[in-house]
Amino acid sequence: MIFLDNLVNGISLGSIYAIIALGYTMVYGIAKMLNFAHGDVIMMGAYIAFCALQYWNMPPLVSLVVAMAACTVMGVVIEGLAYRPLRQAASLAVLITAIGMSYLLQNLALMIWGANPKSFPGSMINIPTISLFGGELKITGATLVTIVANIVIMIALTAFTSKTKTGKAMRCVSEDRGAASLMGINVNQTISITFAIGSALAAVAGILLCSSYPTLQPTTGSMPGIKAFTAAVFGGIGSIPGAMLGGLLLGVIEIFGKAYISTELGDAIVFAVLIIVLLVKPSGLLGKPVREKV
Amino acid sequence: MFQMKFVKDVMKFVSVCDIFKKKIMHETQNGQEKRDGKAGNALKKAVFCKKTRREQKCGRKMSIIHFTFSKEFEYCIFHWEESSMKKFLAMALVLALCLTSVAAMAEVNISIAHIGPTTGPAALYGLATLHGAEIAVEEINAAGEFKINLINEDDEHNVEKAVNAYNAAMDAGAQVILGNTTSKPCEAVSAVAVEERVFMVTPSASSEAVIQGLEAGTYKDNMFQICFTDPNQGLASAEYIVEHELGKKAFVIYNNADVYSIGIRDTFVAKAAELGLEVVGEEVFNDETTDFTVQVAAAQNAGADIVFLPIYYTPASLILQVAAAREYKPIFFGVDGMDGILSIEGFDTSLAEGVMLLTPFVATSEDEKVKSFVEKYQAAYGETPIQFAADAYDGIYTIVAACKAAGVTDGMSAEEVCEALIPVMPTLTVDGITGTMTWDATGAVSKTPMAAVIENGVYVIDAE
Repeated sequence: MIFLDNLVNGISLGSIYAIIALGYTMVYGIAKMLNFAHGDVIMMGAYIAFCALQYWNMPPLVSLVVAMAACTVMGVVIEGLAYRPLRQAASLAVLITAIGMSYLLQNLALMIWGANPKSFPGSMINIPTISLFGGELKITGATLVTIVANIVIMIALTAFTSKTKTGKAMRCVSEDRGAASLMGINVNQTISITFAIGSALAAVAGILLCSSYPTLQPTTGSMPGIKAFTAAVFGGIGSIPGAMLGGLLLGVIEIFGKAYISTELGDAIVFAVLIIVLLVKPSGLLGKPVREKV
Repeated sequence: MFQMKFVKDVMKFVSVCDIFKKKIMHETQNGQEKRDGKAGNALKKAVFCKKTRREQKCGRKMSIIHFTFSKEFEYCIFHWEESSMKKFLAMALVLALCLTSVAAMAEVNISIAHIGPTTGPAALYGLATLHGAEIAVEEINAAGEFKINLINEDDEHNVEKAVNAYNAAMDAGAQVILGNTTSKPCEAVSAVAVEERVFMVTPSASSEAVIQGLEAGTYKDNMFQICFTDPNQGLASAEYIVEHELGKKAFVIYNNADVYSIGIRDTFVAKAAELGLEVVGEEVFNDETTDFTVQVAAAQNAGADIVFLPIYYTPASLILQVAAAREYKPIFFGVDGMDGILSIEGFDTSLAEGVMLLTPFVATSEDEKVKSFVEKYQAAYGETPIQFAADAYDGIYTIVAACKAAGVTDGMSAEEVCEALIPVMPTLTVDGITGTMTWDATGAVSKTPMAAVIENGVYVIDAE
């Protein structure tokens, strides 16, 4: 029973990583850039949802929509102001810009909401905890919602990128930006749409993250952001099902490592597993190996 | 105030003179050599003439280098060498002090500097200590006998800025420091203050390094604490739990990336073993941890009926939420870091129901002094004072009690005040709003700990 308990906890943590990793992998897969500000967009999304719930007294679903809309705008603005001018620059320059953007968002949040942590209201996800085996195993409502949200988002994203015109344009841009633009695809617009979707996902991830782990402060997004990035790499960055698988595995490994080996070494175990996987399969679990022409 | 500034100016003047004197000695030697090589220079003649004039005037041999400085400096150094300036200044100083102390009569003026983070992430604590101190100062000034000039300097909970804030406070004429509010800045400032011989009382810096000296096993003689030292919180918690039979099986969840948490945990576990309280397990986390399911599950599976949390309130709030989701209801026992859990925005305070914490101060106490303090604080700042404010309030009263016992008089320098207060501190007993306090020579306080329990969203003193 303790094993099952840990497994549930692991899946619950993993599903949070997975949902953040989806945003990372989506932007990376299409724009070919690591958006390190993703974790901070998540934090902003959570703060906006918090304000909508606590200060403006909106119902949970409306708060979710408000947060998603605000994050979408934020994502597009960030892309337009910070990343678009660097489209032709070296990828390292874009990476550093993303890190700078991450700090900018954190400090902005510090200015607006202050450093005191806020506790995210449990009323956001009002689903009771499910008890199994006579109360020995408990699955919280937030975990259930997160898992369902993960599956829905994964299927929706896959369908979107393979079926719709915009989705196909995204895949074209991802494969060859130059050729895509020769074929009449508006590269800038496509990348903007990618950021808009990625940021809307970030708002959802922020709300789910803070519903499971209800502390909200300007640095809330950074550590889960790094873990989710790890999960995305683990599953094969750029692959949508890979992000989901990587996230879940990472969460389960982390909880098992902490429960059966040591809480002190929990994070070290996670990253050790990552290193081993990358040594054996450098493109990640579900990643496509890329051959480079010499 | 005035005489402090005057003394400072004189000291600065004397030290400037001293530097120039050394420089002169050096340059004179060099100059002599040069002169020997190139005699008959017109310039030197002119200088020499001047020099002779001076010699005639004061009747004493002066070194030639004096004339290379501006007129003002010449004058300073000239007098310096005459050694009359020093005497004159000393006399003027004594006169000035006499005059002002006669004017002020019995009232003793003392400048106390509060140093704490009044902005930045730890501003909550720094503002609380400042406000607590302000209320004490107001009361003491109204009562007469002592007239406190409270100087406030912000350290932003930053080590470098703390030392700057200390220097600024000393420049502003501080004689005693009430600070720093937080441990790390306090460690840095106290290391400077012990060298410069400035007396310090910290309201709330609780780490042991604050009072420890540079060498192992030694203590800073000028540094005293109002709050418990971290390790003492662990001892007192274990004693309290055993004495009041709160539980049989204890479990500790602590932050192994934080010296505060580790320090309390170590002494708690040692004391628990000594008192026969069984510690059935321990789990750790770090500053980045937000998932506490493993730690709480471990406590639950170990069948612990008391969970000791020597941690800050943010992770504690997460632990309480996980425990509630798992329907795990032991007694959660925290220390001073738990103070603040009720003020987290959006936190469902019903989750903290029944949480106990070791604290020297409970705002809802029926004690007359506490009541009056809380009323004044609420009237002035519109909020209920936290422990830090009470510590600072007691800190000001402790400094005044020590000054009274040591017979501190008007116009003593910071160093004189420091040397006068150090020997009286171990003899003092201060009956404050955080308990009756005594100190040993190490600077650690001893007072009876109280435990508060959270009932209906407020702290109340544990009835037992």
